[in-house]
Amino acid sequence: MTIPAPATAEPGKTLAAKAPETTGRSPGRLMWLRFRRDRTGVASAAVVVFFLLVAALAPAISWLYGKDPYTLYGQDTPGLLNDFGYPVLPNGGVSSEFWFGIEPNLGRDVFMQLVYGIRTSLLIAAAATVLVTAIGIVMGIVAGYAGGKTDYAIGRVIDITLSFPSTLFIIAFMPVVENVFVSPDEETPVWLRAVTLIVMLTAFQWAGIARILRGQVLSLREREFVEAARVTGASPARIIFKELLPNLWTPILIQATLLLPALVTAEAALSFLGVGMIEPIPDWGRMFLRGTQVYHNDITYLIFPGVALLIFVIAFNLLGDSVRDAFDPKIKR
Amino acid sequence: MLRFLTRRTLGAAVTLVIIAAITFFLFFAIPSDPARLACGKVCPPELLEQARHNLGLDQPLFAQFTAWLTGIFAGRDYGGLGYCPAPCLGYSFVNQAPVFETILDRLPVTISLTIGAAAVFLVFGVATGIIAALNQGRPLDKIASVSSLIGFSLQIYFVGTLALYFLVYKNQILARPQYLPFTEDPLAWASGLALPWVVLSIIFTANYTRMTRSTMVEQLGEDYVRTARAKGMKGRSVVMRFALRGTLTTVVTIFGVDLGALIGGAIITETTFGLQGLGRLSINAVTDSDLPVLMATVLVAAGAIIVFNIVVDALYAFIDPRVRLS
Repeated sequence: MTIPAPATAEPGKTLAAKAPETTGRSPGRLMWLRFRRDRTGVASAAVVVFFLLVAALAPAISWLYGKDPYTLYGQDTPGLLNDFGYPVLPNGGVSSEFWFGIEPNLGRDVFMQLVYGIRTSLLIAAAATVLVTAIGIVMGIVAGYAGGKTDYAIGRVIDITLSFPSTLFIIAFMPVVENVFVSPDEETPVWLRAVTLIVMLTAFQWAGIARILRGQVLSLREREFVEAARVTGASPARIIFKELLPNLWTPILIQATLLLPALVTAEAALSFLGVGMIEPIPDWGRMFLRGTQVYHNDITYLIFPGVALLIFVIAFNLLGDSVRDAFDPKIKR
Repeated sequence: MLRFLTRRTLGAAVTLVIIAAITFFLFFAIPSDPARLACGKVCPPELLEQARHNLGLDQPLFAQFTAWLTGIFAGRDYGGLGYCPAPCLGYSFVNQAPVFETILDRLPVTISLTIGAAAVFLVFGVATGIIAALNQGRPLDKIASVSSLIGFSLQIYFVGTLALYFLVYKNQILARPQYLPFTEDPLAWASGLALPWVVLSIIFTANYTRMTRSTMVEQLGEDYVRTARAKGMKGRSVVMRFALRGTLTTVVTIFGVDLGALIGGAIITETTFGLQGLGRLSINAVTDSDLPVLMATVLVAAGAIIVFNIVVDALYAFIDPRVRLS
């Protein structure tokens, strides 16, 4: 059962209609109607979709643009980079051929690095978001519904997780993983680094969402409809899936939309600190790392990923706010 | 109050020991040989064995952990390698110094960084939040909302480096970031840290503006604010005495979280500006496989987060008498 949301009446329409249709609107439909009226929300959704499309169509863009993110153009073609490894042309070598310029030293195409970099960042962040949300839901519901000792135990685990200096821990943990899984004469495989990043980000992020959902479940558990279900002999599984979960989708969706940009920036920060994606996989965070190393001579190389990440995060944060407004019109920002 | 503090301190101690234990056992997998470092480059096997014994590395893992733990309270004797008085966090052979001294050496950098920035973003953020809330829907509010949205989405390593490039490298408006002790020359201390403070403030202010504004708007709609207005109280006093007080709870909460995170080591900030504080120390400890220093920095960082959590919870009771400490 879902708590009925107040129907948004549209007086003009209903009065004008010959036979007033009283078709029920599902909460999802109501949310969609409210969201469509929110211009900021629609615009930010468009930007987010644009980023997703670019990520999905990266190979097509690469084919149209005629370049790939791996070829060392600057080293293959003389005259693009000077003796110090910096682009000859001003503004980081921006030209009609290299739209966003050339990477210093290695001479790769910056535009392609950015386009393919979205894939890396988004894949890692999306995978971590799904895992975090799933673990958060399970832990939150179990703690809130079971109560007692289970609740206490999960509560303490959440406290400890939230007290961990997570960035420091992830940085320190990377060499440990490498030491255990990779023999010294081998190079770290890309998948191992990606999986480690996803697992570590998940390990420290689930506690926040679990704590929020636990609180929600605690208050929902005392509501009449849950009590009614229990009295009529509904099984715990039925109460959780049919009574509690439908009322939790709103906070879950809001948290997930805000979590994704947070994880994209967290991944970028880890790459910036040197424990992110490894070469030659294009990655925004590593572009920042390189950008901060060469900023004296080539600030352009830092500006492109910086602005791209800024737009991406702003769009996602706006989208998160709009989703919240659409779901819960009572909360006004 | 006393009961609350005792209970929370005990809880904090347990949490810290658990965090220390997790860190200790996980990082034992790091390939490092402190004994070899202690012994020096040319080291005959029997001396290496001796050093290993003195450091307690021949003990089982659990005994090593308890030895480390008791060392914090009772000090520790490293045999021929010297004595480390309490609070002993171990001896770093990479730095050739007791870890506790290294931490004390780096702490002022991180604290200076935190205090300067926190003062700016707290005052500025709350002020802009109040102004935005009082001008709800007007252009001032819109400007505050948009700029705080941008600030909220900015990354330190991006803005910080841009600021370094344009304000220091290109135009020399601000001094190159560096740490000089406050006690020696307060002015040099402030000018050396001005840029990091500005950049941190740009990023952190946004959250305070957002939170202050939304809580303030909520508070201004409360019945007691309307009552105060109705009985003829001046607008300014209503805001300062009633609405602001209700907003403080929110502000204190995020301020506690931010302070804890910053003091625990602003790793990215210190890396961006090349400041040698706790954050940099911890990163160096990782690269050098310096387990004692790493353990200490994790402990300090977790400790900062936990302590500020307790302080925030205690402050709630002062701000809002309805909150009972239990």
